[in-house]
Amino acid sequence: MTPTRTASMAQALNSALRDAMREDRSVHLLGEDVGKLGGVFRITDGLAAEFGADRCLDTPLAEAGILGTAIGMAMYGLRPVVEMQFDAFAYPAMEQLVSHLAKMRNRTAGKLPLPITVRIPYGGGIGGVEHHSDSSEAYYASTPGLHVVTPATVQDAYGLLRSSIASDDPVVFLEPKRLYWSKAELDQAAGSEPIGRAVLRRQGRSAVLITYGPSLPVCLEAAEAAAAEGWDLAVLDLRTLVPFDDATVAQVVRSVGRAVVVHEATGFGGVGAEIAARVTERCFHHLAAPVLRVTGFDIPFPPPMLEHHHLPGVDRILDAVAKLQWEA
Amino acid sequence: MTVLDHRPTDPVPGWLPGATAPRTDPAPLLPDAAPVRVLGAADLAKYDPALLLDLYRRLVAGRRYNQQATTLTKQGRLAVYPSSTGQEACQVAAATVLAEDDWLFPSYRDTLAVVGRGVDPLEALTLLRGNAHTGYDPKATRTAPLCTPLATQAPHAVGLAHAARLAGDPTVALALLGDGGTSEGDFHEALNFAAVLNAPVVFLVQNNGYAISVPLTQQSAAPTLAHKAVGYGMRGRLVDGNDVVAVHEVLAEAVDRARAGGGPTLVEALTYRLEAHTNADDATRYRQDAEVTAWQEHDPLLLMERQLRAAGLLDDAAVARATEEAEALAARMRTEFHAEPQLDPFSLFQHVYAEPTSQLLEQQAQLAAELAAEDER
Ligand SMILES: Cc1ncc(C[n+]2csc(CCOP(=O)(O)OP(=O)(O)O)c2C)c(N)n1
Repeated sequence: MTPTRTASMAQALNSALRDAMREDRSVHLLGEDVGKLGGVFRITDGLAAEFGADRCLDTPLAEAGILGTAIGMAMYGLRPVVEMQFDAFAYPAMEQLVSHLAKMRNRTAGKLPLPITVRIPYGGGIGGVEHHSDSSEAYYASTPGLHVVTPATVQDAYGLLRSSIASDDPVVFLEPKRLYWSKAELDQAAGSEPIGRAVLRRQGRSAVLITYGPSLPVCLEAAEAAAAEGWDLAVLDLRTLVPFDDATVAQVVRSVGRAVVVHEATGFGGVGAEIAARVTERCFHHLAAPVLRVTGFDIPFPPPMLEHHHLPGVDRILDAVAKLQWEA
Repeated sequence: MTVLDHRPTDPVPGWLPGATAPRTDPAPLLPDAAPVRVLGAADLAKYDPALLLDLYRRLVAGRRYNQQATTLTKQGRLAVYPSSTGQEACQVAAATVLAEDDWLFPSYRDTLAVVGRGVDPLEALTLLRGNAHTGYDPKATRTAPLCTPLATQAPHAVGLAHAARLAGDPTVALALLGDGGTSEGDFHEALNFAAVLNAPVVFLVQNNGYAISVPLTQQSAAPTLAHKAVGYGMRGRLVDGNDVVAVHEVLAEAVDRARAGGGPTLVEALTYRLEAHTNADDATRYRQDAEVTAWQEHDPLLLMERQLRAAGLLDDAAVARATEEAEALAARMRTEFHAEPQLDPFSLFQHVYAEPTSQLLEQQAQLAAELAAEDER
């Protein structure tokens, strides 16, 4: 067996689902077009053929119904993985998500945990029209009872999805859809990657870019560009928004002294605000400058031909870095 | 060529109805033309007297439970109680048609059905008392938590029933809803899923005439709520919800049918809420006394008692015994609710996640410090 192969993020997610279904008969997939078609992004490609239409179920078109049905299935001992077709089309399921998925363990004093993974392709950058590019992580992250996971690499897509499916808690698994086709080495044998841990993707001494999901490659690119100007930027990939890895974030910020939070969701009330506040509360005496945020504008997601103005790019990140009042 | 140009002589396109499998004939799905009635209409001799007496005793106990819980709200011992006085027949029938391994999915007004499943009468009230959310173990009693967001428990019932069928188990799920709840999207999504999946699930709509203050005519323009079933390809049934024997019979048939693989059923029970929506409601703002009085004559307890006496199945002594049992339950409620509940502030942080996050552990330490400071004062 070859331990590694080159794979896209979409293929890594597909492999994670397949391996999870092979290992555990209680893993069932359900969603719109997940069966024969293999999902509109083909993440469930071939799974209905291998595991049957019952375990990879094409449901009627109704998000509350899909998630509500999955909750009942989990109450009976199954481990459902739900696919929401696009970020903005998960909203009809919001009530099931907030009132039941997130709270059932708590409401029943631990008697009814819901081991459900809700996979949601999210974010812009693929030229999608209205309602196909939302970054909805703040809604989920501010709902106690949910884990919120968002991988940025091919290996994490595999490892974090395996952990999410194995988790006895509900997980909102946000897939950065513009990275679906990014390719890298995948080591399936490495198995699952624990959720709740941030990882430093790039060492640096001048400042740290704190980011996740679709913005990771942008931050890495910005760090390269900054190096040419003599700035040595670290890049921290959160990978999980809930639980939040306060320890790693604080450790990195303290050692560097300057931080910029980068995400493409709107800034007002976004997770960047939360992160900046937490970092300030914990690292105030180590900070040489205020924590800055680089985010999308506070607007509904723009039409595709204008989205590049909204999405934080390298220049916007470098501008923020410059604002940290560099001492030579 | 467009769809409009299509002529009958052309080969039928694959997506047109009738081109593949024939779709369901609506006629057998249509609900009963008049509500099914047993009491006053049928000879009780064909029913098991033990069942009839059991139903009667449960009605009496249920009425007393409702009264006692309402009194406890007036004394501030319960935060709120949505009484099911007048609807006991639906509650009792819902509890008694299910087998032990079947699942009940109640909404907030369905405490009696929950107690009827064998849940401890006091544990069933923790949500409404305010000391905990769900006091009972849903898995041990196959009874989902009392559900407050309207109709959202209906898709859970479908999912559970579907999973049970995939496992090859003979489990049936029964979801309880109100008339107002039938307007919610979750109700419609649940019905559609249930029919498409052929899930062994039964929906019981207790149509008590009002959703808080809004009468049925402003809730739905359907001929009956049971008619809604037909559009989803499911059978609808209409029953007199104050006739406990009729509700039991219709539900039992639907449950048996679901268990045998016959698919879901939507049952509409016509009943009436004799009390206000909850203790916080002023029912005189939206309904006339005359209407309430008329329904009092059709009280499920009166109907049952009159019939059982006429059939020679009930005498004064049996009535007295049932009343005594109910009084004992009420006395227990009074005693236990007079005692202050044991509350643990740190339970706030339990069961949010399987393992508390570092954030929750920090907040728990904060609360501990706050409590310690309070103690010092
Ligand atoms: C989703 C949702 N919206 C609103 C409410 C507030 N509310 C509680 S009960 C109620 C009326 C429900 O009427 P019905 O379904 O007929 O049940 P009944 O109270 O008559 O048993 C409303 C509007 C709620 N609980 N859930």
